[in-house]
Amino acid sequence: MNSIIKMEAERAAIAQRSDWLGILSRSIGGELEALATDLTSGLAFEWLRAPHVGLVMVRGRAGGTGNVFNLGEMTVTRASVRLEDGTVGHGYAHGRDQRQAELAAIVDALLQLPDRHDEIMAKVIAPLRQKAEARRLEQSRKAAATKVEFFTLVRGENPA
Amino acid sequence: MAYVAVKGGEQAILNTHRLISETRRGNQALAELTLAQISAQFGLAVDRVMAEGSIYDRELAALALKQAQGDMIEAIFLLRAYRTTLPRIAASEPVDTSEMAIRRRVSATFKDIPGGQVLGPTYDYTHRLLDFALAAEGLERSQAVVAAAPLDEQVPQVIDLLDSEGLIEEESDDGQEEVFDLTREPMRFPAGRDQRLQNLARGDEGFVLGLAYSTLRGYGHNHPFVGELRLGEVMVEIVPEELGFPVAIAEITVTECQMINQFRGSAEKPPQFTRGYGLTFGHNERKVMAMSLVDRAMRARELGEDVRYPAQDEEFVLSHADNVEANGFVTHFKLPHYVDFQGELQLVRQLRAEHEATREAAQMKEAAE
Amino acid sequence: MTIQSSTSLRAVTSYDASLKPGFIDPVFDAQAVFRASLLATAYPGRVVSLDRSFTAPRPFSPATAALCLTLMDFETPTWLDHQTSCAEAAQWLGFHCGLAVAEGPMAARFAIVTDPLTMPRLFEFHPGNVEYPDRSTTLIIQVPSLTEGPPTAWTGPGIKTSATVGIGDLPFWFWSDWDLNGELYPRGIDVLFTNGNALMGLPRTITVEA
Repeated sequence: MNSIIKMEAERAAIAQRSDWLGILSRSIGGELEALATDLTSGLAFEWLRAPHVGLVMVRGRAGGTGNVFNLGEMTVTRASVRLEDGTVGHGYAHGRDQRQAELAAIVDALLQLPDRHDEIMAKVIAPLRQKAEARRLEQSRKAAATKVEFFTLVRGENPA
Repeated sequence: MAYVAVKGGEQAILNTHRLISETRRGNQALAELTLAQISAQFGLAVDRVMAEGSIYDRELAALALKQAQGDMIEAIFLLRAYRTTLPRIAASEPVDTSEMAIRRRVSATFKDIPGGQVLGPTYDYTHRLLDFALAAEGLERSQAVVAAAPLDEQVPQVIDLLDSEGLIEEESDDGQEEVFDLTREPMRFPAGRDQRLQNLARGDEGFVLGLAYSTLRGYGHNHPFVGELRLGEVMVEIVPEELGFPVAIAEITVTECQMINQFRGSAEKPPQFTRGYGLTFGHNERKVMAMSLVDRAMRARELGEDVRYPAQDEEFVLSHADNVEANGFVTHFKLPHYVDFQGELQLVRQLRAEHEATREAAQMKEAAE
Repeated sequence: MTIQSSTSLRAVTSYDASLKPGFIDPVFDAQAVFRASLLATAYPGRVVSLDRSFTAPRPFSPATAALCLTLMDFETPTWLDHQTSCAEAAQWLGFHCGLAVAEGPMAARFAIVTDPLTMPRLFEFHPGNVEYPDRSTTLIIQVPSLTEGPPTAWTGPGIKTSATVGIGDLPFWFWSDWDLNGELYPRGIDVLFTNGNALMGLPRTITVEA
């Protein structure tokens, strides 16, 4: 019983970390810098992997659901840091922003510290999530305005 | 024939670099274009360069366009060259287009579809008349209308509606583990669908469009319907080695086309609709529609149809679709071939002399008789 | 955000305080090491020293570690000998190279040997095929010495007349296996020997008299 609960807790922890790593990586143009600079300035850490730009091969599926094929690559930047207490953080950023990957790695490390977790979720992750959702909502509402409302014409030559 | 090294022209080449730089800049009295301007206002050009340059990065594509003075194929070439300098860190999980955040989505097969017909940003319903108001600077441009409510969060694929009746062939994953990558391996024939789709996705839009057109004009058996065309954002997930679990590291714009074709059936298969598929980075509708037609045409062998026309011949299509390769081979002929040509010249002179001698000998013989 | 993929969650590797960093400057360091390995392959039998050193994970010497960072990634299935796969180096390779471990020597693009006396026979590695002889396994063999072992005479492209080389601690069958490897030409494996901060190339074109 205990082991099931433990497994569930582990799964939840993984899902949560995956979620924040994704939000950090997908944030755009200086959003993260603005929110995280204060938290991270002066923090001592060591590079496990200095920020560097690489490619991810993006894959699709034939027909959307069939066999996998290679669509093309995208630029992605990653970095890994170790804080003084040994906590390791990994950061990713879509595109080529090395500073974003660095900040993401530091924030990932800080989020793993129980005494900093809630504060950083509230100060960094929640606002980033909100901005992304607002962008998505606005796009969707603009698209929704171009949705076709069909109506049927009544033809005159066939009186009942 | 041996190559003979010839020196010279260095100063001329250096000067041509400076001349092309000045030519690219154009009239100095005008403001220089910024990458942000190119990315924002030449968005569809950027999308094409990303798709065929095979790197999703708007800023790099904008830079390539600026550097190439707007020459698409030169810009695509620049991106392809750049990608070889970067390490590949992962291959993504396949993107799930059924989870797309929709910005445009139309179907030509059914009017009433769950989620609706969403026209989105398109030139389809514009008059193709030059808009002189755009020539004037500083005017207010019209703004998008913002609806009170967003679209449904999940918009199902139209093609799945037919799927449930078995009227359309099913696309399922047969669990093939190795995914062909033409940037890592030479092409091989017969090609798998993975190789064909990767080739078409980065293939030249004009070439693929021309081939698609040929299938509709009788050089193939296509009688297509657009099951669905959609544009929007999908998540890109990777499983980093250091984590062991998936992270959605990016959201990218893609265009997808599901093309439906009538199929009369074969000994093994009952009559049903077959499918052609198109997917590219960015907003590239013409490209994905053409891609899906050519994808279907190249499935001829697999579906037991005769392979009679160029678009059905995968070796012909795949070997000629790449515009960086085609450009390289076609345009290299302007480079010096002095020695080659000297050789040919000598040969033709010799052949002419022999021809003349034979003719004279024949004449002499005739005269003697 | 829901996670779309059905990838089963693997055991999460946690990197503790012991994980050693990779190159300080990945681009320039990798270029310099690549250059050195080109030089070593072009001039077989020559000791080529690397001009940068860093802390390598056990049981790697700096040269072995530097070659791994330069040549390997998740697309180059690599076979590790027992001593390597049980050590700190395995985790380090996973993190820095995203290394894909090959199922056996025959499936390997690269093989890393740090305990040569227990290594598989040379014919157990992939010799490439006639269309693509370059797809053979490249072996990285870490040895206790490049010069102090039993003297051997190397001849072939890149060596003016003959070079005397003394690789230490190779298994007794090594040089007779090497002769057989030569007979496969143009197929065949290539070797890079490492010791400390230096490397030495042994491409398939070299004939060795033991």
